[in-house]
Amino acid sequence: MSELIKVGMADLQVCISPNSITTLGLGSCVGIAIRDPVTKIGGLAHIMLPDSTQIRNNSNIPKFADTGIEELVRQMTAKGANRSRMVAKIAGGAQMFAFQNKSEMVRIGERNVEAARKKLGELRIPILAADTGDSYGRTVIFYPENGDFIIKAVGRQQKVI
Amino acid sequence: MSDLSLETMSQEYYDVLKELGNIGAGNATTALAQMLQCKVDMSVPQVKLLEFKDVATLMGGEEQLMAGIYLGVEGDINGSIMFLLEQKSARHLVGKLMGMTIEGEEFTEMEISALQEVGNIITGSYLNSLSMMTNLKICPTIPSLAMDMAAAILSVPAIEFGVIGDNILLIQTQFFDEIQLDGYFILIPELESYVKILSSLGISIG
Repeated sequence: MSELIKVGMADLQVCISPNSITTLGLGSCVGIAIRDPVTKIGGLAHIMLPDSTQIRNNSNIPKFADTGIEELVRQMTAKGANRSRMVAKIAGGAQMFAFQNKSEMVRIGERNVEAARKKLGELRIPILAADTGDSYGRTVIFYPENGDFIIKAVGRQQKVI
Repeated sequence: MSDLSLETMSQEYYDVLKELGNIGAGNATTALAQMLQCKVDMSVPQVKLLEFKDVATLMGGEEQLMAGIYLGVEGDINGSIMFLLEQKSARHLVGKLMGMTIEGEEFTEMEISALQEVGNIITGSYLNSLSMMTNLKICPTIPSLAMDMAAAILSVPAIEFGVIGDNILLIQTQFFDEIQLDGYFILIPELESYVKILSSLGISIG
């Protein structure tokens, strides 16, 4: 019997096939799914902000793209995943509300995506696929068995990246 | 000031928000009743400090379809406010406003602008109340509307609160006309504006 593990906002979880992992209603937040194809160990982080070094109150590790991805990789490695084999898929980072002004807070989705790409680049984890930006929320399900990353949105066809 | 956080100031700020919730929701109810030309009742608003993950649960789950109206505030205080309404309730309100029943999932452009107007009136009622209570000048910017999953809409205020902590402060109000409408109001002042709001009410921050 396989289990569907749930990741909340500012949260991360590791999961081993045949289990799968999900996070519901990503808005401007970004979901980062990482997988080691050999051990079939997967993980999903739901980050809210790009950079922990810009925030004084930064003890909540999964909240930030930089510390969240690092911690996810650490936990996966501890479970037996090999970092050199890891690959990633990302989704989210929408701009939920249309605004005229281009303040930093409004661009937060875009900045979260940039930060996630940067951190994954630093860790030399290739990004195989991404479904980011635009203006709608996404629910994602990740299957460490084959790496399928399912994306659901309101009024849109479900897709697999 | 540098040690200011939502958790430490919550008691005084709670009281302010409770009062704001009462007056604001009262005004919003009156405005709604005038607009819909029928009797609208409300329950006593509840103020809650919730962890991010519990906010969507309160609204019926992360994937609950909601309508969110989001706008900025400028003037003596800076920040943003959001009003959330279940999409079902939004449909009911708009239908009533336009004198018809709205079918299907999609809202037409006309219905969306009607909903935007509803949002304007409700958020305006809260802002006016806050302005009157504090004697501060508060100007709203043009509101923006999103209809999506609760968690996706909430990610916006959650991220803004996320800069200073791990919780969201919200005012929950129930309106009743023929059906019960659950409305959620979230006020997100920038950190300096908390101090302004509290000190204008004679509360000093130690």
